[in-house]
Amino acid sequence: MAMNTPRQTSHIKREILVRLIKAFYSDNFGENARLIPYKMRPKDYEVAYRCCVYKERAILRDRTIAGLGLSIEDTDDSIHMAELAEKVLERKQPEEHPLTVLQTACKGCVPSRIYVTDLCQGCVARPCVNTCKFGAITVKNGKSVIDPEKCKNCGMCAQVCPYQAITKIIVPCESACPVGAIAKDENGHARIDFEKCISCGKCVSACPFGAVHEKSQIIDVLKQIKAGKKLIAMVAPAMFGQLPCSPKQLKAAIMELGFADVYEVAQGADVTTKNEAEEFEERLMKGAEFMTTSCCAGYNELVDKLVPELKPFRSETKTPLYYTAEIVKKEHPDAVTVFFSPCVAKRREALKNPDVDYVLNYEEVGAWFIARNIKVEDCGEAAFKTEASAEARNYAVTGGVANAVKSLLPEELPTYPVVIDGLNKQSIRDLKKYAKNGVCELGNLIEVMACTGGCLGGNATVNAFKPALKQLTNYVNESKHLKETEKVENK
Amino acid sequence: MDKKISVKVCLGTTCFVMGSANLQELIETVPAKYGDKVDVSGVPCLGLCSIDWEFSKAPYVKVDDEVIKEATVEKVLKAIDEKLK
Repeated sequence: MAMNTPRQTSHIKREILVRLIKAFYSDNFGENARLIPYKMRPKDYEVAYRCCVYKERAILRDRTIAGLGLSIEDTDDSIHMAELAEKVLERKQPEEHPLTVLQTACKGCVPSRIYVTDLCQGCVARPCVNTCKFGAITVKNGKSVIDPEKCKNCGMCAQVCPYQAITKIIVPCESACPVGAIAKDENGHARIDFEKCISCGKCVSACPFGAVHEKSQIIDVLKQIKAGKKLIAMVAPAMFGQLPCSPKQLKAAIMELGFADVYEVAQGADVTTKNEAEEFEERLMKGAEFMTTSCCAGYNELVDKLVPELKPFRSETKTPLYYTAEIVKKEHPDAVTVFFSPCVAKRREALKNPDVDYVLNYEEVGAWFIARNIKVEDCGEAAFKTEASAEARNYAVTGGVANAVKSLLPEELPTYPVVIDGLNKQSIRDLKKYAKNGVCELGNLIEVMACTGGCLGGNATVNAFKPALKQLTNYVNESKHLKETEKVENK
Repeated sequence: MDKKISVKVCLGTTCFVMGSANLQELIETVPAKYGDKVDVSGVPCLGLCSIDWEFSKAPYVKVDDEVIKEATVEKVLKAIDEKLK
């Protein structure tokens, strides 16, 4: 399976978003929001996944709650859905933590543990018994048995079994989380520890039940449009690989949704590149051994929350979104800004930046097009006022940021890019090691991407990775190089 | 001489967002598997999504005249196999 292939769970989430948006535009938002689970699972519906139609509806109600931008865990089941929807219309700002877990879906997942299967032959060598440092394995009735009280889940026995009879049962969200922020609680429900969570979105992609949801801000944005506000979309480069249309058609399509203008976040990326190149050169002159990039929100959350020792090595340069939002607010002080994001982590960044009012991910934007019956492939073309460089547009692809920075550095400066292509337990250990030793043996300009493949691998992307890469690369190839473009507007 | 089977993967906005983005791989895998017995292509909106609430059954793929709703790679390959029987 490709790295970000949406599955049936994505289909359900997107269908709910479309229905929710249609409900908003209808003459009775609350009632039509309430009806979503019933429309999706009518009386004669053949039950697809759960025990009965009632449970399916209850789960769809919870998913709709996430679509409303509320926490599923904290919402009282007894409150009428229409009431919840109406209340959301009064909300002033999005909730702090962007993720919420549909805990009723967690029942199907057994807790992570080591398990001896029927393949155990009760062999004479018994490497499992001998390898276990905790004395947790004994042989009873000719089969190995694990004492759960003593087992520490190290998995050594599974590794040494000559029959591969011992297996590690994993909980996909736990196993995907690079920082141990999600785990099953005593009731068997997955729970996110927001002190640790870096909002990388890996659990969202990993859960086969689609239990982890982003709290959507779509209703908040629709409300602003309805109120006649001037909305400006800021579109991250990854978006140009997401839908079956040209970049200029995409701009026209977004304006048809009710936006006053659309800016490429790549415009801000050009500022990031310039500042980061200057900073890198300066640091090297002062004897620094290495510097990491600072544009990935997931990585920034990791450093700020869990690996502060990396702070001195992380570039002080702001993100492309930061500079873009600054430009937009300067040019349009009255505008409401909406960032179109490939991932959940940017929601956290936006929350801390007063220049970014709302965040929509690509699934939500796609659902919005469907709900309004806008066919992006049939849209006309609208040009961007400021064209970004090829390097900036390629920020969405692993290696793109480091390449952009390198393109502005003098050739004689010893610049050796290194790419962390996805945060996982191993790459985080590597980063910690670089910070501890004060040196990275592989190079000195470390680009960190929380998602494998870069932003195109984000949890909320719509297109499959390969075609998205092809589409974006075409756009990059027809763009001017940063060095050729006239002076970059400096910060 | 048998007629070629035609497979049309809808790449209109609705189908694309609801999942045909991931059916694009058929455009490579089908010729590799069936050679010149099957013609496969991505096509603009087939118009199947616009009726009532039919968006929820997207993505659509047409295998000859047969419409496959909520199409997946597996469903499409199965339909082709049936036709080739």
